[in-house]
Formats: sequence, C-alpha cells, structure tokens
Amino acid sequence: MNLRYQASRRGFLRLTGFFGLATSALALAPRLALAAWNKAAFETKSLADAYKALGVESPIASGDVQLSVPEIAENGAVVPVEAISKIPNTTQISFMVEKNPTTLTAQFDLGPDTLPEISTRLKMAETSNVIALVKADGKFYMAKKEIKVTLGGCGG
Amino acid sequence: MGLPMKIRATSKDGVTEVKVLMNHVMETGLRKDPSGELVPALFINEVTAKLNDKVVMQAQWGPAVARNPYLAFKVRGGKSGDKVSIAWKDTSGDTRTDEATII
Repeated sequence: MNLRYQASRRGFLRLTGFFGLATSALALAPRLALAAWNKAAFETKSLADAYKALGVESPIASGDVQLSVPEIAENGAVVPVEAISKIPNTTQISFMVEKNPTTLTAQFDLGPDTLPEISTRLKMAETSNVIALVKADGKFYMAKKEIKVTLGGCGG
Repeated sequence: MGLPMKIRATSKDGVTEVKVLMNHVMETGLRKDPSGELVPALFINEVTAKLNDKVVMQAQWGPAVARNPYLAFKVRGGKSGDKVSIAWKDTSGDTRTDEATII
C-alpha cells in the first residue's frame, strides 16, 4: 500500500470515529426531552399563529401567572421581563410580544426541580402586549401586560 | 466557539439562584448596516442549563431575546461547591459552554 492510501484511510477512520463519538453523546438522553428548535413557531407573526404552532388552544387567563414588566420601556432593544407561575406542576414558561415581527420570543422548559420563574430581557419593536404563557399539567395559562415602547428595538 | 458568558450561582435555603449574562449579537436579520444592507440573522436558539451534570432547564429562543442575553432562574437543590453549566447554540451552529461553581 502506498503512503497516500494510508493517509486517506487514516483520515477516513478518524472522521467516522468522530461521528461515532458524536452520535453516542446524543444517545445519552437527558431527563428533559431534547426538543429540536421549533423554527416554525418562532416565525409566526401573530399571537393566534404562535398559539397554533405551539399546539395551544385557548390559554386560560390566570392571576396565578405573575408577569412583571415595566410600564414604559425607554429602549425597546432591552426590556426586562419576569414571569412567576403559582400554578402547580408548571413545566414550561414562554414569552410572546404580540406586535413584534415574530411573536414568540422565548420558551423555557423546566425540569422537575426548577422553580417556575424566569427573568430575561427581550426586544420590542413597538408598544405592545407582552404575554407570559405557562404550561402546567398539559394545560396552558397566560397573563398579559402592555408595555409602552419609546424607541423600538428590533432594528427595522 | 462563542464568546464567554458570565455566570453567578448562589445557594440559599436549598435553592440555587443562577444569573447568566451571555455575550452574543442576537441579530434579528431585520437590521440594516450603514450601507443599507440587511445584516443576516444570527442568534442563540438553544440553551441548556445543568446543575451537577443534570439538565435542569432547556430553552428555545427567537431573535427577539435582547442582545447579550440575560437570564435568571432558580433550582431546588445544589449547594456551595456544586457546579452549574450553561450551554448555548446559535443559528450558525456556533456553540459555547461555561461553568460556574455555586457560592
């Protein structure tokens, strides 16, 4: 066998070995279901379409979904939001900005020991309702608040 | 490999609070650069948080999470000296994982 054949065979084995390792790492399934990024849901342009893409029928407006947001956001590029769910067995919290170019902004899947509260910062294109959507025991609940935006933050 | 993030994890009364500040442009794909060209979308779309190698939270994000994303959450369990790790993947396939020790 000439040297060039040896080198390419070695390279090929190295490549398949790497892929073998990668697939075995994926097989170590974590306790939370490793859902692939739901591209379609993140491209929806209205609340109704976002709900549909997430398989949500009619989320129940609930005082047990506590959404803390500023009344006015000076800078729409960085709007702090916090959602705390008082509903037992909350497994998911999502944030939606109704008037953004795409409505669904973030979805958090919570493990059994993770408290049902999330703080983060979103971009808002304009004054809009912000919705916190909570999934608990397979049912959906929501709360919404309007945030007035002085300077829109989506860059458009 | 993406830019490092800052993680602060503290434990009190059996609950670990984790605060993360990531370093990422989170481009929406709707912004125009000075020459009028659209800057392509580039944003973190998957986040995984672990406490001592157990996944405790996973997130899917769209482009409207703010630039240099901030995230805070709490987990029951964890004590001083335990490890928290946060990993993200963005729409270009770039990834970043950082770890912090719980204070």
